[in-house]
Amino acid sequence: MSATSNPTPPLRRTALNATHRALGAKMVDFGGWDMPVQYSGLIAEHMAVRTSVGLFDVSHMGDIQLRGPGSLAAVQRLCMNDASRLAIGQAQYSAMLTPDGTFVDDVVVHKLSDNDYLIVINAGTREKDVAWVRKQIGAMPGIHISDYSDYYTQLAIQGPKAEATLAKLTDTSLSAIKNYWFTHGKVCGLYNVMIARTGYTGEDGFEIYIPSDEPTSALVWNEILDAGAEFGILPCGLGARNTLRLESAMALYGHEISDSINVFEANLARYAKLDKDTDFVGRAALAAIEAAGGPKRRLVGLEMIERGIGRDGYPVCTVTGEKIGQITSGSPAPFLKKNIALAYVPVQFAALDEVVAVEVRGQLVKAKIVATPFYKRRKKSIDLK
Amino acid sequence: MPYPTDYKYTKEHEWISVAGLAGTVGITDYAQSSLGDIVFVDLPKVGDTLEAGNIFGSVESVKAVSDLFSPVSGTVTAINEELKDAPEQVNADANSTWMLKLDLKDASELDGLLSAAEYEAFIAEETGH
Repeated sequence: MSATSNPTPPLRRTALNATHRALGAKMVDFGGWDMPVQYSGLIAEHMAVRTSVGLFDVSHMGDIQLRGPGSLAAVQRLCMNDASRLAIGQAQYSAMLTPDGTFVDDVVVHKLSDNDYLIVINAGTREKDVAWVRKQIGAMPGIHISDYSDYYTQLAIQGPKAEATLAKLTDTSLSAIKNYWFTHGKVCGLYNVMIARTGYTGEDGFEIYIPSDEPTSALVWNEILDAGAEFGILPCGLGARNTLRLESAMALYGHEISDSINVFEANLARYAKLDKDTDFVGRAALAAIEAAGGPKRRLVGLEMIERGIGRDGYPVCTVTGEKIGQITSGSPAPFLKKNIALAYVPVQFAALDEVVAVEVRGQLVKAKIVATPFYKRRKKSIDLK
Repeated sequence: MPYPTDYKYTKEHEWISVAGLAGTVGITDYAQSSLGDIVFVDLPKVGDTLEAGNIFGSVESVKAVSDLFSPVSGTVTAINEELKDAPEQVNADANSTWMLKLDLKDASELDGLLSAAEYEAFIAEETGH
């Protein structure tokens, strides 16, 4: 820890900044945003989401809306998944790619109507993404691009008790919203709130989009905490958000995906529809990589089998110490109670149960390749009666 | 006061309490709070020799790893075995959760350490408050 005297631009704040501080959150600079990393404690927050319910302020995420008769064609050109398969009220995981088949960003595309799509983007890539969208599709006909990133306070209510919590605050039938679908309804007396059954925790839950003025944001935040009190709801910071998404092996931009990592390497090819009827940015490169026999390295899950914690950036080696790759995200997994990591290794080392070593501060610590996601929630059991 | 006045402190956030030449070492409340949930404490063995200012172990939380620096030189006489299974004790009470005990080589090394008041001023400066 050393102090710097370089002038830095002021940190951006969500509408809930004062609310987080009043709750005693520890705040950190996250990609230029002053965000809560934890409130009561990372492990307690992580466990609340896995076993009951947690509330996150994710207003730093960005929102780009594409409207007009050309909007589907624009989304199809921009994003690798096939948005023509979406029904109104449905969302899909997708990504914007560079011409090399690497990542500009991963996104969630929501179909609001036939001529209206909302693309939710990452916080740290907001300006880059908006510029990219304008550059790629700005000249296409029948399309209007709006950056609504600052218009919404985005709250994530996540965990097995998320539905029971949110149900107290809305007359919308939440059980009718399937995973990766959304609707609009009244929440805390606010009309036309977008309610999506999405999230970044590997748990059931919802993300809601409300107006970003401070009083409204604080009111909804506090009403959710009150509604979840009987379930032991906890406000959750970015620390728990990271460990939750890591247990679920979900990619984080700048770690598992970036403009130097392609779709095949990141194991996300199932979301890239090379055969859809619109050519998309990066498609030709992906087809060439596939034709050449696939990627040379691949993202794998690691579980430490000796004592030690592999962390972001640590080298992955053979058991004899030859460097073969690198951890992109690594941490103790609070729910699984194991030390896990995601890492890039050459494909010949990527088979399940292969034993490798992680260089942990100068020492080789054995780890093995395991299946991902590390954690998978149990689906609701089917009633056979 | 969160920092006992009969302890001495390092700028790397360790504390030491001394009786004669017997020292007891832990990390400060500020250190545990900065780290968050502690999951792993790596300590030397009884009989190991420590040099003042050198790394003697590490403490890991869910989100970070931090080196431990010896406040003084000496020989390790005991380590807190409870921390192997219950490292979270450090979060619960950093002031009384010791990590190791050692026989000081040179008690005058204590003169170079911070008092509680000096340490508080130091972290106030470090956190910009």
